[in-house]
Amino acid sequence: MKKVKKRILFIILILIAIAQLFPLYWLITFSLKSNIEIFGENVLGLPRDWRWINYVTALSDGGVLRYFLNSIFYSGTTVVVTGIITAMAGYAIARMKWKLKNYVFGFFALGIMIPTQAALLPLFQVLDKLGLKGGYIGLLIPYISFAIPMSLMILVSFYKGIPKEMEEAAYIDGCGVLRCFATIILPIIKPALATASIFTFLGTWNELMFANTLVDSSDFRTLPVGIMSFSGQYSTDWGLIGAAMVIATLPTIIVYFFLSNQVQESLVMGAVKG
Amino acid sequence: MDRMLGKKRYIAIFVLPALLLFICFVVAPLVATGIYSLFEYDGIGTMKFLGLNNYIELFTKDRYFPKALMNSLILAGASIFIQIPISLLLAIILARGIKGEKVFRTIYFVPVVISSMVIGQLWMKIFNSQYGLLNILIGFITGQKFEFSWLSTPSTAFFTTVVPAVWQYIGYHMLIFYAGIKSIPTDYYEAARIDGASNRQISFKITLPLMTPVIKTCLLFALTGSFRAFDLIYVMTGGGPNHASEVPGTLMYNSLFRRGLYGYGSAQAFFIVIECLVFSYIISRMFKKSEENASVI
Repeated sequence: MKKVKKRILFIILILIAIAQLFPLYWLITFSLKSNIEIFGENVLGLPRDWRWINYVTALSDGGVLRYFLNSIFYSGTTVVVTGIITAMAGYAIARMKWKLKNYVFGFFALGIMIPTQAALLPLFQVLDKLGLKGGYIGLLIPYISFAIPMSLMILVSFYKGIPKEMEEAAYIDGCGVLRCFATIILPIIKPALATASIFTFLGTWNELMFANTLVDSSDFRTLPVGIMSFSGQYSTDWGLIGAAMVIATLPTIIVYFFLSNQVQESLVMGAVKG
Repeated sequence: MDRMLGKKRYIAIFVLPALLLFICFVVAPLVATGIYSLFEYDGIGTMKFLGLNNYIELFTKDRYFPKALMNSLILAGASIFIQIPISLLLAIILARGIKGEKVFRTIYFVPVVISSMVIGQLWMKIFNSQYGLLNILIGFITGQKFEFSWLSTPSTAFFTTVVPAVWQYIGYHMLIFYAGIKSIPTDYYEAARIDGASNRQISFKITLPLMTPVIKTCLLFALTGSFRAFDLIYVMTGGGPNHASEVPGTLMYNSLFRRGLYGYGSAQAFFIVIECLVFSYIISRMFKKSEENASVI
């Protein structure tokens, strides 16, 4: 009886695993097929004729390479800048002595609740006035600003759990605050920085609304927006669209494949803090 | 050390970059949206103060807003009554220790890291009337060619977008539950086993009550996520056909950037903020009692 029950549970797990993976399997196979196979001859199987040319065409003719490099740049810059400024702000909140620090921390925490929609129009206007809308900086500013609260929460909770002895010894030896932060603190908080960076990276890489509103020119477009227009343009060529979608997904899947535990931990932490 | 860490100059250097960006580009725009929502404004002309009239209009004159609100509540309902129970069940099975625990956990989570744009495009293809997987499957079962355009038929469009929304985040909720279960000390279970408790009793009398904080997190996440919904629906239907699948997020986007209704669109945007805050407050209140009970156990 017990064995039967266990087997049933196992089957449930497998069915749901199939449900979660099958659409992605289908995406990858049709990205390598021609319409003839996708639309009838070979809907579900592996490609008979592996059309890597879909990927080449998407990257070159479709402009996906440009979008890809843009997205790498936006996400990379956002991760690095957010990491540095929240590591600093977190240090000031967790360690430095000042009266308002708990209020400032609470103020940042409120930011997690703010949906991006609610800031969209004024941001659009301000960036337009500053002449930044439509360029790299005009999209980086909202990305970094909106990534700050969560990254800060993750880092502050980590700071609070690490002992002070190392810093104390350094300060007594006459080390300055900036040098102590760079040489002693940053190496210690590496794991928390990794957690925060993963969260920031996924959020930025997949972001759609800001990218769609604040950038017009295809030169500065991110992958999600680029592929949306791409699939409108080539709407009948499923293999090509599939290839573009796989390219857009590859970096996050690679990060997830190598760091699945950290990615899971990072996103759970994000949810619990929010 | 205290002397060093109390210097105003260093505090300013460390806090200000993050704080200024946050104030200028998150808080100030939010406040501006709140202010715009009280005016009639097209972005160029003068602003005319309306008080709360924009908000009143949302519910009395707007032809689409009540329907959009209803849709976001349906989405929330689907999350709470379909997604969360499945996730909880999976988490309980996995946390009990089953062969391949880590593999399953990893697989369930894969859709979470993929962008909603890709998820939306992919499911559009699955629901495609001629070549989509779903219609091919129906055709295979019934034995005759089946063509139905799920996304361009008003009565099915919205429900069709709910499917990938529920599908994508099952793994996320599962993992939050899983982490919650794993954080319960194992001696509780051992003590219960010694007292002769069955698996079912352990699940309902120990695991579930101790999980109330985690369940609260998931409920909040599902609710606020549904109120803010935008990406998937924007990609899959754009709110159409004939406004059948609008949610407040897509309506707001149209008002602001297609119709140039800056004041009215801001009221729609700000309504979403208020809705999230109110429901967060209600959920926290609802769970206050059961959280206290959980800590007593």
